[in-house]
Amino acid sequence: MNQVFTLGAIVGILTSAIRLATPYLYAGIGEAFAQSSGVVNLGVDGIMLISAFSAFYVVLNTGNLWLGLLTAILVGLVMGLLMSLISVTLKAEQGISGIGLHMFGLGLSSLLFNVLVGTVKTITGFPSIKIPLLGDIPIVGEIFFNHSILVYGAFLLVPVAWWILDKTSWGLRIKSVGQNPAAADSLGVSVDRTRYISVCIGAMLAGVAGASLSISLLDLFQDNLTAGMGFIAVALVYFGGWKPLGIMGGALLFSTVNAFQLWMQVLGVNIPSDVAVMLPYLLTIAALAVTVNRARQPAALNKPFERGES
Amino acid sequence: MPVETKAQSKHRLEHVEMRQIVKRFPGVLANSKVDFDVRAGEVHALLGENGAGKSTLMRQLYGLYKPDEGEIIIDGNPVVFHSPADAIRAGIGMIHQHFMLVPTLTVAENVILGLTSKHEPILDLDTVSQKILELSRSYGLKVDPAAFVWQLSVGEQQRVEIIKALYRGASLIILDEPTAVLTPQEVTDLFATLKHMVKEGHALVFISHKLHEVMEISDRVTVLRDGQVIGTRPAKEMTRNDLVKMMVGREMKQIAPQPIRSGPVRLKIENLHTMGDRGTEMLRGINLDIHGGEIVGLAGVSGNGQRELAECLSGLRKVTAGRIELDQMDITSLPLKNRVESGLSYIPEERMRDGAIREFSVQENLFLQDHASPQFTRGIFLDFPRMEAFASKMIREFTVKTPSLDTPVKNLSGGNIQKLIMARELARHPKVLIAAQPTRGVDIGATEYIHERLLMQRDAGTAILLISEDLDEIRTLSDRIAIIYEGNIIGIVDRNEATVEQIGLMMAGISMEEAVHHSA
Ligand SMILES: Nc1ncnc2c1ncn2[C@@H]1O[C@H](COP(=O)(O)OP(=O)(O)OP(=O)(O)O)[C@@H](O)[C@H]1O
Ligand SMILES: [Mg+2]
Repeated sequence: MNQVFTLGAIVGILTSAIRLATPYLYAGIGEAFAQSSGVVNLGVDGIMLISAFSAFYVVLNTGNLWLGLLTAILVGLVMGLLMSLISVTLKAEQGISGIGLHMFGLGLSSLLFNVLVGTVKTITGFPSIKIPLLGDIPIVGEIFFNHSILVYGAFLLVPVAWWILDKTSWGLRIKSVGQNPAAADSLGVSVDRTRYISVCIGAMLAGVAGASLSISLLDLFQDNLTAGMGFIAVALVYFGGWKPLGIMGGALLFSTVNAFQLWMQVLGVNIPSDVAVMLPYLLTIAALAVTVNRARQPAALNKPFERGES
Repeated sequence: MPVETKAQSKHRLEHVEMRQIVKRFPGVLANSKVDFDVRAGEVHALLGENGAGKSTLMRQLYGLYKPDEGEIIIDGNPVVFHSPADAIRAGIGMIHQHFMLVPTLTVAENVILGLTSKHEPILDLDTVSQKILELSRSYGLKVDPAAFVWQLSVGEQQRVEIIKALYRGASLIILDEPTAVLTPQEVTDLFATLKHMVKEGHALVFISHKLHEVMEISDRVTVLRDGQVIGTRPAKEMTRNDLVKMMVGREMKQIAPQPIRSGPVRLKIENLHTMGDRGTEMLRGINLDIHGGEIVGLAGVSGNGQRELAECLSGLRKVTAGRIELDQMDITSLPLKNRVESGLSYIPEERMRDGAIREFSVQENLFLQDHASPQFTRGIFLDFPRMEAFASKMIREFTVKTPSLDTPVKNLSGGNIQKLIMARELARHPKVLIAAQPTRGVDIGATEYIHERLLMQRDAGTAILLISEDLDEIRTLSDRIAIIYEGNIIGIVDRNEATVEQIGLMMAGISMEEAVHHSA
């Protein structure tokens, strides 16, 4: 047991915690945009999967990482448009259409993988970049300043998303259509357009989340690569009270516990691996039950908007 | 000192006309060949019973609905509005019957919403706040730009709505029942603002069910009945009775209830305490007995604990100390459902929130609580034909205007929703009835009817607590009047014992002895 708590182990755990938080950050903050506008997108996991595959496949064939990332974003956009069409224009039940989108992404990514690739292959993903000076600080440098560009990007996204949601007229429109669409509509804000844009931003970020797995963190693709990460990301939005900083807190908590259980397994600590794997999920449920702050929940979440109903 | 606002820099509307407007909803002809116009510098009042089509007409002028037929002409040019954005651009603003504010945002954020800021995409709330304060000063509309809307009283919320319209440079402003939710003092302030706006050349459309307000503020009056224009007249030439006749097609009866001998105490309130939403103590030891067969009116400036008292009695709010008895039974900690079963009825002030389920049909809303009563069940099944017959009867009796029993309540006009709740609560022949603002937003014909029903209920032996901001209503109906001030009942007087002035003084916190002394 002692070896778990050596300095090396702790640094290792924290370093992977930072890395592992990446997909949750992209997907969770993306979902925060969609939900702030009043749309729950439960299809995040499916979008991540199909984007992860697309990015992986492009990199496998061209070796161009940026082209891979771009493809993932475009695929996310297409999925976002699909989700918007179903839930905003056609006003279908959001929960159901999200699950449908997830199933679609899961099935299609698996099919394409088996047809186009077949076996698990690895690629060379985004390399780690050591930040000059900061990266040289002992311990801190290793934990925080020696990661791939997508990891840095995920943490940079936090203040950017906060700024957009709280300090720009864009963010104001997004929040208003999520809280009181009739009021926004009465001021000439297009509820549908705002929701389309927010859902698509969310889906594109889910695309980046998928790519971060397949071409930056794991450098491979396999069936159901995400293993439900997208759903955890949705839960983190509630946990974080629809705020980027809160979502980051949740993502880090989750990834730290996850990193901890991975290390315990690597070090052969004697607990059943199934239990260890379950640990972070149990923690999420517990944390959600305790912390959710309904006061900040968008009042029109899950409600399609039609004019003239007030 | 006048400030440089958009209102002054933007082109001023001289004459806005609606011609031959027709608007249909499923089963309803809401507007039928309506002609209406308003000019710069005048207040044009729009009158009519609940469901006459006033809000619908104005929603078309604001681009929320498209007319099925007819046209809108601004300063001689026909225009077509596809959305409120078009109407706003044309210089039209609207204060809606149910406010259109985002509670989780600040006042400044609500005002700037939908507009582009000077430093796009950055919000620049400082500049916005600055301009709000300028508007606030020059129109006498006191607001704090940094406050969150959920923290504001209805009066404050309304000021925000007006500032929203002014900020957008609206030159024609539609006010849909702006006074329904205001205290008398707030109405006076609002009228001062409106008069100032008219003098500046704004055109105003004013909708209200209160005739004295209409007579006071408007230059012209148009009366709608069943979607049709009955007539447009200069307000000066009209008396109150003329207006009533135009609206309802007959004259009103004068209600003069005969005092009757009241029975034993049915509702006993002892030393009641409770906390308000913001964590301060709102009721500080209320004592009040209401006998069967009497109406006790609760008078007071809004915010002195009326709402909290009603909520405590109905079981919606937790009592922190004290005791409530219904027919000698302690109901202090009984849940709402059991109170209803014990014979308590409640007509809530926030009818949209507490009184009805918007998505449910008219019939379903009528049976929200009574679905399990033996009268409407056959074995374990609901007796639908019987329920339907009963519902039709209620709708007819209470003149609820609805295309059918299956229409969702959200499609009814505001006043008709109130009549529906009234019908449901009275049909139960309660032992105790709490009626909070029962005629707010209700037209005069229906008000008369509701008053009659309340008196009938009283004569049948119900103990009634009438909470109202309308002092006339309280004085007409109540056998005794209790005055509430800062969570205390500071005086109880018999109907004829106190003058309006004395009641007014007590509402301001002056004790009964002093009040009598003052006005003597
Ligand atoms: N969105 C809608 N769908 C269906 N019917 C509607 C809708 N809006 C209004 N109506 C119907 O049109 C008629 C006119 O309603 P409107 O709201 O214009 O009345 P109003 O004169 O404003 O009444 P009130 O004084 O009660 O506010 C009513 O019969 C109402 O039920
Ligand atoms: Mg109306």
